[in-house]
Amino acid sequence: MENVIYFDNNATTNVAPEVLEEMLPYLKEFYGNPSSMHSFGGKVHKKLEEAREKVANLLNSSPTEIVFTSCGTESNNFAIRGVLEANPEKKHIITTRVEHPAVLNVCKYLSKKGYDVTFLKVDNKGQIDLDELRDSLRDDTAIVSIMYANNETGVIFPMEKIAQIVKSRGIILHVDAVQAVGKIPIDLSKLPIDLLSSSGHKLHAPKGVGFLYIRRGTKIKPFMLGGHQERGRRGGTENVASIIGLGKACELAMNSFEEEMTKVKGLRDKLENFILENIPYTHVNGDRENRLPNTTNVSFEFIEGESILLMLDKYGICASSGSACTSGSLEPSHVLRAMGVPFTLSHSSIRFSFSRYNKEEEVDRCIQVLPEIIDRLRSISPFWNEKKGKNFKKVEN
Amino acid sequence: MWEYSEKLKDHFFNPRNVGRIDDADAVGEVGSIACGDALKIYLKIRDGVIVDVKFETFGCGSAIASASALTEMIKGKTIEEARKITNKDIAEYLGGLPPQKMHCSVMGWEALDVALKSYEGKGKGVEHVEKEDEGRIVCHCFGVPEGLIKKAIVENDLKSVEEITNYTKAGGGCGSCLMDLEEILKETRREMEFENKVKKCIESEIRPMLMRDGGDVEIVKVEGEKVYLKLKGMCAHCPSSTYTLKAFVEAKLKESVSENLEVLEG
Repeated sequence: MENVIYFDNNATTNVAPEVLEEMLPYLKEFYGNPSSMHSFGGKVHKKLEEAREKVANLLNSSPTEIVFTSCGTESNNFAIRGVLEANPEKKHIITTRVEHPAVLNVCKYLSKKGYDVTFLKVDNKGQIDLDELRDSLRDDTAIVSIMYANNETGVIFPMEKIAQIVKSRGIILHVDAVQAVGKIPIDLSKLPIDLLSSSGHKLHAPKGVGFLYIRRGTKIKPFMLGGHQERGRRGGTENVASIIGLGKACELAMNSFEEEMTKVKGLRDKLENFILENIPYTHVNGDRENRLPNTTNVSFEFIEGESILLMLDKYGICASSGSACTSGSLEPSHVLRAMGVPFTLSHSSIRFSFSRYNKEEEVDRCIQVLPEIIDRLRSISPFWNEKKGKNFKKVEN
Repeated sequence: MWEYSEKLKDHFFNPRNVGRIDDADAVGEVGSIACGDALKIYLKIRDGVIVDVKFETFGCGSAIASASALTEMIKGKTIEEARKITNKDIAEYLGGLPPQKMHCSVMGWEALDVALKSYEGKGKGVEHVEKEDEGRIVCHCFGVPEGLIKKAIVENDLKSVEEITNYTKAGGGCGSCLMDLEEILKETRREMEFENKVKKCIESEIRPMLMRDGGDVEIVKVEGEKVYLKLKGMCAHCPSSTYTLKAFVEAKLKESVSENLEVLEG
């Protein structure tokens, strides 16, 4: 597709050219199995372990603590279900209402299977109440699973405080960091998280690869049984080329944090500020102080999100929405609902998420077309016309 | 991404008849912001003909396109013609809708229905009419009444609760009415089957017999196991019409449809 302006980087990202470059030999000539005894396979094994080291470096952890998986969802399933199986006497789980479905639906399933699940509330900024977390911890709590940063709003949870509270009771802490890894620095030598999930395609590696960080000494059972790969913790021949790509992507991310905080954040802020200053009845959803540098979630009151996306799509601009109509479900985003965002705003929410591959011209183009799109859709909306009617009446009086 | 037809996209990007009619003769308003879509249509009616129509929509691409399509379909039509339009016609006009978006076409159908009823009920100059009572609200999340659910099942030959949700939104929220929907579906399908059997028997056995004597019969309505019929042609003025209805028609229907069936003059 030509002239795509991709502002949907929380959904997926482009594969970085350097990543693809690194992968290609392992899709072409070096097809050996890393488990093989021969040196043809051995060479692949060596490269695989180098990738593991790069991933470990990004989080300031040890390569033996990194287990490669197929995606973020697998990592989350592995973490939660693996811990429960290893600690069968404990029947309580704590998570939040704003998790990604890859955690939320696992927890809902487990609650039907006899587990007691606490879903922590969030306030209107999307932040949890640390006292509620502290009060929810029990002697039979097997695992606390809380996301690092929210995929829809970008809101970052206070992970240091969370870890401190959970670890003071010696309970296992799992963090779904799919949206955070690569966007903000995470130092696991300082942050006492036990398990951390990540996905390659959110940080410019290909789809179909992810990893689970497992702190040494954590009691967990393997999720996928099979061969001795990943030191027996995850059977199955490794997705070699993608893992090598993921390693490279982590290396690139490590050198891009400053760019994330300056360039990417700058692009986000430029668009966000433009919208708030120039388009009336717009609101940012989520805690603006504690947020990923690349994400903004804005509501355009009186109109519906899918229609905005369709209009943007006409100009090649890709974004996403928390509106019900985009998902095939009939209710708007569970995250915005948990935050108490009124229906008028949740149905009209649009998420723009940037990456270091975005350019300022792209933001300028979006700024150029967005006001007219919003105007056009509002001119069709009965609620906007009502609002306008009332305002006009006020002027007349 | 939804698979939208070119025609639908055209009606979304270039919606026809957008706006309001301040001195409308009939207004139909359905949906709300909470539901995620809403539609308001304004009709100008002269001598039983819809001479002008405008709409305002809050909703997704297919909701806007469905409303635009509806206005094009009814413009210039008589009230009688417009009344025959159903959600199926709107969907067809747009070259089809994705299954999960069928409720957008139902919304158009509903708004038209409300507008026409408001016109009938109160005549000219109606400014605003609430959706008329269609029985108890089954789905409280989206405020869907039983009447609309039944209508959607019959008109679109719906066979599952999932389809009901796609067409009316009922059951798409908390899910507490799903059991209710299952019951309504079963009941409505039973009624539909009953009515079909009645129709079949009348078409293939009863009408040919009556027509031989220059008579005929027409179904007025079916309510539960009560079948309301109207005799036509020679039969209409025949002194033994009541006898024909009871002894011949009812007996025949009882025999091939149900023992408890009752025939009444409609």
